[in-house]
Amino acid sequence: MEKKTKAPKKRAMTASEKSYQRLRRRRRFIRYLPLYIMLLPGAAYLIINNYLPMAGLLIAFKKVNYSLGLFKSPWVGLSNFKFLFSNSDALIALRNTVLYNLGFILLGNVFAIIVAIALDSAKNRYFKRISQVVYLIPFLLSTVIVSYIVLAFLNPSNGFMNNTILPLFGIDKPIKWYNESKYWPMILNIVFLWMSFGYSSILYYSSVISIDKTYYEAAVVDGASVWQQIIHITLPGIKPTIITLVLLAIGRICYSDFGLFYLIPQHSGLLYSTTQTIDTFVYRALLELNDVGRSSAAGFLQSIMGFIFVLGANMLVSKLDKESALF
Amino acid sequence: MVSNNKTYNFFVNFLLATLIVACIIPFWLLFVGSVTSEDYLLQHGYTLFPKEFSFSAYQYLWGAKDSIGRAYLMSIVIASIGVVANIVLTVLFAYPLSHKDLPGRGAISFFLFFTMLFNGGLVPTYMVYTNIINVKDTLAGMIVPYLLMNAFFVIIMRTYFTSSIPGEVLEAARIDGANEVQSLLKIVLPMSKPIIATIALMTLITYWNNWTNGIYFLTTRTDLYGIQNYLNDVMNKASFLQSHMTGLINAKAVPNISVRMAIAVIAVLPLMIAYPFFQKYFVKGITLGSVKG
Repeated sequence: MEKKTKAPKKRAMTASEKSYQRLRRRRRFIRYLPLYIMLLPGAAYLIINNYLPMAGLLIAFKKVNYSLGLFKSPWVGLSNFKFLFSNSDALIALRNTVLYNLGFILLGNVFAIIVAIALDSAKNRYFKRISQVVYLIPFLLSTVIVSYIVLAFLNPSNGFMNNTILPLFGIDKPIKWYNESKYWPMILNIVFLWMSFGYSSILYYSSVISIDKTYYEAAVVDGASVWQQIIHITLPGIKPTIITLVLLAIGRICYSDFGLFYLIPQHSGLLYSTTQTIDTFVYRALLELNDVGRSSAAGFLQSIMGFIFVLGANMLVSKLDKESALF
Repeated sequence: MVSNNKTYNFFVNFLLATLIVACIIPFWLLFVGSVTSEDYLLQHGYTLFPKEFSFSAYQYLWGAKDSIGRAYLMSIVIASIGVVANIVLTVLFAYPLSHKDLPGRGAISFFLFFTMLFNGGLVPTYMVYTNIINVKDTLAGMIVPYLLMNAFFVIIMRTYFTSSIPGEVLEAARIDGANEVQSLLKIVLPMSKPIIATIALMTLITYWNNWTNGIYFLTTRTDLYGIQNYLNDVMNKASFLQSHMTGLINAKAVPNISVRMAIAVIAVLPLMIAYPFFQKYFVKGITLGSVKG
């Protein structure tokens, strides 16, 4: 269609051709106008909710003064960033964010793959279905509810851990979970696994069941053990899913689940050295300490690094497996 | 997997069964905590089997039904408005994008997609919603920021429109003189019920579970709290009381342990009752993520 309209442009158009073009254009416009109008509400929302904040990242280079307003507040160069790194808080938050994410990626994926393979191997259909349904329950809950559950376990005076589980192992001295930071990397990894394994194992399971069953049958005829089937058929079969999920998670390595790190440790200041992440740092600096400078500087770095990591991870995905890339 | 290895089969069933228990026990603990007497809880802690039954926690809740009921009602109002608005915005944005011949389609798609790659984060978003468009301490603060439209769902919906609705049907409608609005309402929407239901469910759960908008944007109007923020507030007051045993705030104002557990049980209950009915769509909703949009 477009080629046809382009070709006659080379010579001068006659009057009738011109009016025909105009008519066509007007018809096209009238036809598409309702579609453009439909786009308006969503576009307005994206501008307010997404694009204005992107531009707003620049306040990291300003000294915000509410009496002057955001636009008139003076530019201060990099001083917010200098202030941000004047003590080690931000670096600890960054370290925690990255290390937790690495732990989550490793544990989460290994565990989800094991569960997915187990689901695929189970013989009883109903048992399989019930397992899948139940595993998603923790994923369905809000973090607030999860924080109640964790407190029921870890409450130092009447929690289930100190009163029932630890005595089983002969530990009678109650542990003050919310005062000692050394336990939290383990606790948060377990809570993360508990909340998310259902979700990720179902993603892997849908990949495992798409593997052609005849491979397994042929392997068994050749005398392959269960272990050999897993290593040589299942894992290669779900390799694209593994690569995609891991790389997408690496793309989000600068971000953390705010609720997990904010609510589950009960805002205990004693635990910040192992529970503070960039997201809780930014929140606390902005809304609890009213320190716009530091929070905006930390947020700026998170957004920029996040963007770089997402782009990088996607480039890798599209190199390894074009189908699974986001773009 | 083909296996007649008894040890392996045993291990598989054992693992799956253990995980079922691991998913359920925490709820059981909450529930037992809510029906155990406060004295027993304080002395012996949580147990798997209730030793001293007491429904005083639920009696207390019945007495406080006004505040809990209001939080519940707010959650329902917020989630209903949010889901409807979200679906309307999503459909209206996805439908034009499903027209392959729409001039500027590529640019508009990028405009949408870019929001998935890059975002301003909390500080500028907070500034926009408190200084430019003020939603602080309003119902809109619970509904509008972050949640009203999700680029990912728009892309899923657009893909559904292009792949599951035959172009011939739309072409025929146009020849018969239907305009775009008519095609959308009379043809596309009725044929897209499954995807709309799935996205609506995922959005509903997101709104129901959201508590961050409450702590970001509601500072004085705690009467607008939904059930999640209400729960969080109870928890904060209780831990404040625990760390400041100075009688600064009225101890009676904070529900005791079994009551807190009872509130949590009541907050989870409707979701758990409804879950078996919607779990099919829920699974569909989360596996949408693994299908490229």
